[in-house]
Amino acid sequence: MGAQEEGEEVPHEINAIGISFGNSNSSIAYTSSEGKAEVIANEEGDRYIPSILSYIEGEEYHGTQAKSQLVRNSQNTVAYFRDYLGKDFDSIDPTPCHASAHPKKHESTVAFSIQDTESDSQNDVTVSEITTRHIRRLASSASDYLGKKVNAAVISVPTNFTEAQKEAMTKASQAAGVQLLQMISEPTAAVLAYDARSDAEIKDKIIVVADFGGTRSDIGVIASRGGMYSILSTSHDYETAGAQLDQLLIDHFAKEFIKKNKTDPRQKPKSLAKLKLEAEATKKALSLGGNASLSIESLADGVDFASTINRTRYEMLAAKIFGSLTRMIEDTVRKADLDILDVDEVILSGGTSHTPRISQNLQRLFSPKTRILSPSTLPTAIDPSSLAARGAAIQASLISEFDKEDIEQSTHPMVTVTPHLRNAIGVMVVSDDTKKGLFTALVEKETAVPCRRAGIFAAPREGGDVMVKVCEGARDIKVTKKEKAKTNGKAASDDSDLDSDDEEDEEEIREKIWKVGTVLAEAAIKGVKKGGKVEVTVHVGADLGVVVTAREVGAKGGVRGNLDKPRLVENGSA
Amino acid sequence: MAAVQISLPLPVLPQGWTEEKDFKPIGQLSSATQRNIEPVGPHFLAHARRKRHKRTFSEDERIQAQENVKKIDDDDAGEISEPEDPLMLQRDAKDWKGQDHYAVLGLSKYRYKATESQIKRAHRKKDLRHHPDKKAAAGSSEDDSFFKCIQKATEVLLDPVKRRQFDSVDEAADVEPPSKKQAQKGGFFKLWNPVFVAEGRFSKIQPVPRLGDDNSTKEEVEDFYNFWYNFDSWRSFEYQDEDVPDDNENRDQKRHVERKNNNARKKKKTEDTARLRALVDECLQGDERIKKFKKQERAGKDKRRLDREAAEKKEKEDKIKAAEEQERLRKEAEEASKVERAEGRKAKEAAKNAVKKNKRVLKGSVKDGNYLLPAGQEAGAKRIDEVLNDVEAVMAKIEPEEMALLASKLNGLKVAEEISTVWSEEVKRLVDAGKFKEVDMKVLGK
Ligand SMILES: Nc1ncnc2c1ncn2[C@@H]1O[C@H](COP(=O)(O)OP(=O)(O)OP(=O)(O)O)[C@@H](O)[C@H]1O
Ligand SMILES: [Mg+2]
Repeated sequence: MGAQEEGEEVPHEINAIGISFGNSNSSIAYTSSEGKAEVIANEEGDRYIPSILSYIEGEEYHGTQAKSQLVRNSQNTVAYFRDYLGKDFDSIDPTPCHASAHPKKHESTVAFSIQDTESDSQNDVTVSEITTRHIRRLASSASDYLGKKVNAAVISVPTNFTEAQKEAMTKASQAAGVQLLQMISEPTAAVLAYDARSDAEIKDKIIVVADFGGTRSDIGVIASRGGMYSILSTSHDYETAGAQLDQLLIDHFAKEFIKKNKTDPRQKPKSLAKLKLEAEATKKALSLGGNASLSIESLADGVDFASTINRTRYEMLAAKIFGSLTRMIEDTVRKADLDILDVDEVILSGGTSHTPRISQNLQRLFSPKTRILSPSTLPTAIDPSSLAARGAAIQASLISEFDKEDIEQSTHPMVTVTPHLRNAIGVMVVSDDTKKGLFTALVEKETAVPCRRAGIFAAPREGGDVMVKVCEGARDIKVTKKEKAKTNGKAASDDSDLDSDDEEDEEEIREKIWKVGTVLAEAAIKGVKKGGKVEVTVHVGADLGVVVTAREVGAKGGVRGNLDKPRLVENGSA
Repeated sequence: MAAVQISLPLPVLPQGWTEEKDFKPIGQLSSATQRNIEPVGPHFLAHARRKRHKRTFSEDERIQAQENVKKIDDDDAGEISEPEDPLMLQRDAKDWKGQDHYAVLGLSKYRYKATESQIKRAHRKKDLRHHPDKKAAAGSSEDDSFFKCIQKATEVLLDPVKRRQFDSVDEAADVEPPSKKQAQKGGFFKLWNPVFVAEGRFSKIQPVPRLGDDNSTKEEVEDFYNFWYNFDSWRSFEYQDEDVPDDNENRDQKRHVERKNNNARKKKKTEDTARLRALVDECLQGDERIKKFKKQERAGKDKRRLDREAAEKKEKEDKIKAAEEQERLRKEAEEASKVERAEGRKAKEAAKNAVKKNKRVLKGSVKDGNYLLPAGQEAGAKRIDEVLNDVEAVMAKIEPEEMALLASKLNGLKVAEEISTVWSEEVKRLVDAGKFKEVDMKVLGK
């Protein structure tokens, strides 16, 4: 497929990048010729570029430079605007913009009143226009780095981005000279970033993507099936994210300052802005070391301020917020009709996910079998701040050759909307400790059809005739109570999250077991030789009809049979 | 995807399993959920290529396909909606302790039952509506007091400790116990059940046993009242504390207020415990089931007593009867043995008589048979002695029955020969039986 020309005057070469565009930060990434996603640093060397624009006498500042303007030039600094795109004023939350240019109602959209030209006049600049300017700056940084003009992109957006928001994003991007090839959801982008690694193995697994950002936290529970992703549940929280952690440190240091100086630096916008920037830096430092210092020249009333804080103290202050993030994950797993034990992987994404304590808490929440992918729990984890941009870059490289129509058709609901199995399909095997036989899943539930899965089974030691019994299975949780060994005294003092104090003496041991459901078919493989193996393949059609094949590995022939499709395919209003 | 390896073996084919082509279809898949696959990644693109297969899908099909898709994102606005009381909107956040935090967030009907995510969503909704920055931007100079109320409400309700303190004194969640009048009209369970459900929110132990109904067993009812009489409550009253002055100047004053607060909390806690106790008492008093069980129990007790008495009486009677019976049996036995003895005597006598009689017959027979001499021949004294001696000898050797038999044979015989024959036979029989020898006989049997 080549770029279509269709009489357009510019036969353009598509240079596509991936963009993650958050309220707090944005990142740009490209896919190298070896197929590896790489994050691009802008001219200032930043890989996480604050989504902020600031204007001084008509000059535009972007990213980190713009962020530092929050102290002196807050009224002409536009920040935390991504979520306003494509929304009307009534439905936005202006909280994050309290210390920068305020959003205001502008016709049916949102605008910021700023002095963005050399003249003294206040201009209403719509959020769409701000977005265009922001994307233009991002694309330009990418073009500089890549040495060729970037003119297309895949952008990651939250799962609850509305159609109107997507439309506004497309237009804003277009206006920046960047064709928006596709918007992909942030959690999916994170999963793709991991799956695109050369050593990644495509397996059926349940993944929780926990995206802890600056102004929001988003959880997505994803069924990853044969390299395809279906989102089972999501939740969003705008009250528990990086900004609230900054606030804890702001309050902590402010109190310290008040003790010495009798003034509250939070009462003065400039002092507060300074304190906020430094508190955030301190917070980030605490993700790396056990101690962090903070030093601000002329914090308030011309008084300098310097202090330190250690990680333990910080984690105590933040225990409640951390606990709330953990609970949010539990809730979202439950919302997907799953159990904590069903989760195979947790991908920590977003800047706040650098916080070691958050992933440690998750290690305790999940079973030891669950992989927690975060810098502090897995050395090979990908930088959480970059996941969405990397995923977007991978997708961009996959579709940059497609024309618009092609992309539209491939992402059409007729293609994406698919029946997903309600139960697992598997085969009964013999195990020492059960007389009834044991269910072994071949196809997991929530697998989109059509699908095909195969398993190679051992035969009885002496070979002979064997039975292949294909069934549906449902996962169940078996709970056994065990007397807890009484421990003297309290739990370790680093136990800082909000465990209930009235703990029982009994400990519950929970494990995953299979409940055998409908028997689908029986098949016989006769005369299997000693030490032989049997391969069973289950193929589920798009209409939920099933084809089962079974044969002795290395032998000719075998058995093949069909099962009718069920009479009705229920919709998802379960 | 590559085939997985399973080390556990397949089962052996059951004996007698046969099926055409070795395959037996049995069931069908249960239904499926319509979901969106994320249009992302190489595997999806391969799927799309297969599914499209040179077809072009229309806008109509888009709508159709999306119709039944399972939703994964809740609307931000959420389902929580409740009209806002204009008076509430006028509230001053300084008086946050006096506000109904649930009403402020529009969660009046959920109260202590509201979940964390419900509170968050409710907060966001209110936030979006009342944010002062928005009002300022809209040119209205309205104060942001209610916005602060919202923040305070959220702060309290999202903090588990503070929420408990508030829930402890959230009277709006209370359900008043029925008045005497109401109670008299009946509907006991309907009236009391909500009271205990509401009180149950303070229980450290969850779930809390329910009041039940007329069909509850005695055990259930007992469990219920036991639970409530031993209620373990987390309810506390610090929410109603008087503000402690936080200036450092007046430390005594501070300590004084703290002490006062502490005492007030304790007092209220005690009162609350008493209140609950009284409430349970009242419910118990009106609980017909208790009366029913009492009655059943009493009936049971009475029955047991009667049974016991009856049993005792019966036992006594039985004893008497047994004694009487024993006596009767003893008497009977005595009687019987008397009779037996008497009868034995009689029989003996009869036998004796019979023997006597038979002896007479025997003796008489030899006399009648002319002492076994031919007719006309006179028996001399010697002969008579000899014959009689023989008869005596035979009689001494034979038993009464033999004697009776012999007598019956002899009885009525008049002819000497016949008589003689009978005697000879007898003697012979006795000799054969070895009772005596022929030589012992002088006449008989010769
Ligand atoms: N090393 C770190 N340790 C702790 N927090 C960090 C670290 N790096 C970044 N953060 C925090 O992460 C947040 C930004 O996260 P991210 O870049 O994912 O945000 P975003 O997705 O743009 O934000 P939003 O949630 O506002 O849309 C900020 O609060 C920042 O302070
Ligand atoms: Mg984000």
